[in-house]
This record gives sequence, C-alpha cells and structure tokens, in this order.
Amino acid sequence: MSGIMTPLLIGLGVASCILVLIITIRMDIVDRESAPIHLTWRSILYMPWLAWEIVKANIDVARVVLHPRLPISPTLIHVKPTQKSDLALVFYANSITLTPGTISVDVDHGDILVHAITRDAAAGLENGEMDRRVTQVAGEDN
Amino acid sequence: MMAMAIDILSWILLVAGAGFLLIGGIGVLRLPDVYTRAHAAGITDTLGADLILVGLMLQGGFTLVTVKLALIMIFIFFTSPTSTHALIHTAHADGLKPVLGDPSKDAPGKTADRKGNGPS
Repeated sequence: MSGIMTPLLIGLGVASCILVLIITIRMDIVDRESAPIHLTWRSILYMPWLAWEIVKANIDVARVVLHPRLPISPTLIHVKPTQKSDLALVFYANSITLTPGTISVDVDHGDILVHAITRDAAAGLENGEMDRRVTQVAGEDN
Repeated sequence: MMAMAIDILSWILLVAGAGFLLIGGIGVLRLPDVYTRAHAAGITDTLGADLILVGLMLQGGFTLVTVKLALIMIFIFFTSPTSTHALIHTAHADGLKPVLGDPSKDAPGKTADRKGNGPS
C-alpha cells in the first residue's frame, strides 16, 4: 500500500500471505464462519439500506443530545431474532449496535436484549424490518 | 471547475463530520449513565468518522490514499459495534443497572445522579 512496487516487497507480501494461509489451515480455523464470502453479494445490497438507517438514527440521537431538556427515555427491550446461524445473529446484533440509539446488550439464540436511548428508537427496532433484511441477507428466509 | 466542486463538497462533509464528532462529545458529557453515553459515542464512530473519511477521500482523489481510507472505514465499520457491545455487555454482566424511563420528568435537574448504579 506504499506505492512502492519492487519485486522484493511484492514477493515478501505474497510469501507472508501464503505462510498465514498455511498456518490457519493447519489450525483448522478456515471455514464459512470466519470468511463469509458467500454473503458478500447480498450484504452489498443490504449496506446502502443500513447506511441510510444509520444516518437517520444519528440525526435522531443528535437532536436528543442537543435538546435543552435532554428528552431521553432509556428502555430495555427484548427482540426476537429470526436468524438461525451464529454468523447471521452476530450480523444482526452488530447492525443493531451500529445504529446509534440502540445497542445490543445480551445476545442469545431467539432473544437479544437491546438498550435504546428513547422509546422511539426501541419502537423503530421492534417493527422488525432490520431483522427481516438480515435474515434475507443470510439466506435463511426460506 | 470540477475540482472546485469536489473541494467544496469535501469541505462540507469534513465540517459536518466535525459537527457530529462535537455533538457526540456533548452527548457523552450530558447523558446520565454508561448505557446512554454509549449511544452518544456511537455518533462519533459512525456518522462522524464516516463523513470525515469520505471528505478526506474526496481530497485524495483516485490514489492509494483513498484505498487506505476506505479500508479504515471498513475496519471501523466492523470493530466499533463489536467493541461497543463488549463494553455494554460487560457493564450489564457486572450488574450495572441502566437509568430507565424518563429521568427528566420525575426529577428535573437531577438526571445525572448516580441512583441505581449499585454499590460504588
């Protein structure tokens, strides 16, 4: 990434990649969970939607923070994720946390404990659209 | 002309990003407990960081710098929710009770007291 393309540097880079690959294969940790390439295309479609959700949520939280009376109503809610695999569940929990205003506190199969800064943020999550989309990305909607 | 338009757009993004970083900082100071403060911190590492990175990418143009900035963005995208979750999960597992409901209504001016924070 330095822009210097000498054969020595490229060669060292290729050699270290191969070395790491050999070590990880020997450690038996290369699988669909650690390198979810099969999700790449569908998750690219999901990203613009998530980005827009993040922008909207950011503006909501910024307004709450700057409001003179600080109108927060922190809420703990349980949401029921429909994902089956650990990977999809982590994907969903990370999406929740990435959206300001909601943070996943405790993640388990069939139950995520979410802390929301306002009741509106909690209600936005409870309509289940993000859950549905993540399940779709993970290909578990059939 | 084109270069100037990109420059203007880039600066708008940089200033907006700086504004969101500032709002995040104000939020961390104003909000009452660790759970709500994490939401404010979430502003800085999503929209704040992303706006600044995109603004810098426009300054960089089609160079290696832009590729590096894009990689930084991807790494922040995956690590920041994970670290926030780790922090909040630990606070919760440790028995720290979040301030719930609407503290501004029942106790005006006392939103920052430490009630319910357990033995400390």
